[in-house]
Amino acid sequence: MPDIQIPSIDLGVSLQLLIIFGGAMVLLLADLFSGEGNKRIVGYIALLFVVGAAAAGVPYWDAPRSTFNGMLVLDNFALTLNWIFLLSTAITILISLEYLPRQGIERGEYYALLLFALGGMMLLAQGTDLIVLFLGLELLSITLYVLAGFAYPRLSSEEAAMKYLLIGAFAAGFLVFGIALLYGATGTSSLAGIANKLGSGLAADDVAFMLAGAALVIIGFGYKISMAPFHMWTPDVYEGSPTPVAAFMSVGTKGAGFAALARLLLVALGSQYATWGLILAILAAVTMVIGNVSAVAQTNVKRMLAYSSIGHAGYILMGVLSAGSPAAANRGIEGFLFYLLAYSLTNLGAFAVLIALEQRGEAAWSLDDFAGLWHRQPFLAIAMALCMFSLAGVPPTAGFWGKFYVFTAAWEAGLQWLAVVGVITSAIAAFFYLRIIVQMFMRDPVREISPSLDRNLMIGVGLAALGVIVFGISPTPVIDLVQGSVLALSR
Amino acid sequence: MNMVDAVPLPWVLAVAAGLFCIGLFGALSRRNTVGILLGVELMLNAVNLNLIAFWRYLEPNVVAGQVFALFIITVAAAEAAVGLAMIIAIYRTRLTVNADEVDSLKG
Amino acid sequence: MLSDYLPILVIFLVALFIAVFVIVASGVLGPQRPTKRKLMPYESGMEPIGSAQRRFPIKFNLVAMIFILFDIEVIFFFPYALVYKRLGVFGLIEIGLFMLILLLGFIYIWKKGALEWD
Repeated sequence: MPDIQIPSIDLGVSLQLLIIFGGAMVLLLADLFSGEGNKRIVGYIALLFVVGAAAAGVPYWDAPRSTFNGMLVLDNFALTLNWIFLLSTAITILISLEYLPRQGIERGEYYALLLFALGGMMLLAQGTDLIVLFLGLELLSITLYVLAGFAYPRLSSEEAAMKYLLIGAFAAGFLVFGIALLYGATGTSSLAGIANKLGSGLAADDVAFMLAGAALVIIGFGYKISMAPFHMWTPDVYEGSPTPVAAFMSVGTKGAGFAALARLLLVALGSQYATWGLILAILAAVTMVIGNVSAVAQTNVKRMLAYSSIGHAGYILMGVLSAGSPAAANRGIEGFLFYLLAYSLTNLGAFAVLIALEQRGEAAWSLDDFAGLWHRQPFLAIAMALCMFSLAGVPPTAGFWGKFYVFTAAWEAGLQWLAVVGVITSAIAAFFYLRIIVQMFMRDPVREISPSLDRNLMIGVGLAALGVIVFGISPTPVIDLVQGSVLALSR
Repeated sequence: MNMVDAVPLPWVLAVAAGLFCIGLFGALSRRNTVGILLGVELMLNAVNLNLIAFWRYLEPNVVAGQVFALFIITVAAAEAAVGLAMIIAIYRTRLTVNADEVDSLKG
Repeated sequence: MLSDYLPILVIFLVALFIAVFVIVASGVLGPQRPTKRKLMPYESGMEPIGSAQRRFPIKFNLVAMIFILFDIEVIFFFPYALVYKRLGVFGLIEIGLFMLILLLGFIYIWKKGALEWD
């Protein structure tokens, strides 16, 4: 029997993951031993771990390394994504702290589940092996199924959880079948190994396996990132889920799904760009059109945000797929990361404003509820207006730069028609974003709503809105960050 | 004479693909949510068969396929546990396990 | 090749034939004198205590679910058991960490009262 070579393990690569997973387990215990009715303390501990994990990543900037036989890496790309995810989770915790007791669903597991989902997202950003990517995706999905149903026994929440679970499990089936075929075609589960194998040429029937596998994997991820035509579940699930969870899902699953998809497409299947490039470009165009056109008809703002998040998935996909073309390799990744950061901040901010309007047992999500918000809560109205401008891509907000970035990436990749579709759908989208702004500033209040604005929620909304406007006025720091994050991927 | 020589790989893959399709059909055609979950589990087990076959026939010295199958089994169990818990929760409030009767979210 | 599997097929057929033959033959040839006691469901010689198609408490579901989860998680001990000597101290630490996490889950369900029957 040959000796087993134990790979050298560099715990630094997984330091952030260890902090988050360790934190999640500590939170489970903290929940057990903390008193009933005061779970806020668990939330604060969770916040502490998130901040700690973000700080722990700083020394690893510009020092790419991998461990566990190359299954896990920590390059600048992964690090930037980790920071985006940590920021999103921190804001989610802030906006949940008072929401949960207000809705009577305060249970300590909430924060532990959030951290487990965050860990799954970070695994997706750092994983360079199909097994790790699968584990990360399932960890993220299974915790989100539970979180979507967290408002149990509210019917809509249960229903959202059930739908999400059935669709998600179904998608997971496709994903693993695709992964199995990829493994069969190349004999390895590591992304770099697959790239090597493809580089040295495959036998004819292995090519068939590889293509079928790649298609199934893209379908599997397509469900998670709600890419058309696999987006049908999104509005129902977002509407039924507790609002902070919907906010977290809209930025978390998407970001993490795109992170893994980017690594898979660009590292492992980069040589096959000619095959998947055009297909994904068409799907991105369809996604943008469907998401934005369906959003126009919505009068329920939560559903409108869900449809708009489908549209935004199309824009992000535009960045990812442009990176496959050698002409726009760097620009595409930069666009993807910038757009993801801008979108995360903006969407969290918009959902946070919804949370402020939401009363116990009563959902204030219709357009009328926003009428005259400026006269009642100027702070909320301004924050919401900033978020709407950013989602619409109006300068000087972060969303504008994100759109600018992905459109130029598509243009440089030789997909001019895709950029044109993007501009046209953005114009359609501006209609329903501006409608909310008109409601807030130019109408009188229709019915009495007293928004509840506690300190933590205010910090969350403020943080998101501030990020949107600051990164919009001076995008240079973020541009430096994302430009430093591309090199690792396009080796 | 061992099995690898006696049964060609495509046969095993055909069985796995058949199982996957049965599972897919079950997941799509069932109204009962338990039935849908069963279909999904069948799909995942078809994948396991695939992985083990690829490992045995193509790369018997690299255990990635085997390890992957173990992970899929555990993940499937976790998914099924969450799914069943949810089915029971829904049954308690709505007294049905049929997917098409759970449809209050629309628009 | 395939012909190697012929004996297995033959055994299948023989087994099938014997099973069918015995059931049919005993039905045709044997005397039929049913009594109430003979028609009762067989419960290892005990007196049956009601129908078998009874509803049983939903609590079984929780216990069964927890059982399945812990049962499946233990699957990772099998590969470890095959190579534990060759992995040495490193493997012991790894599996110890794994068990620690499982234990944490166990403490969690225990404290949450998932194991209480009433």
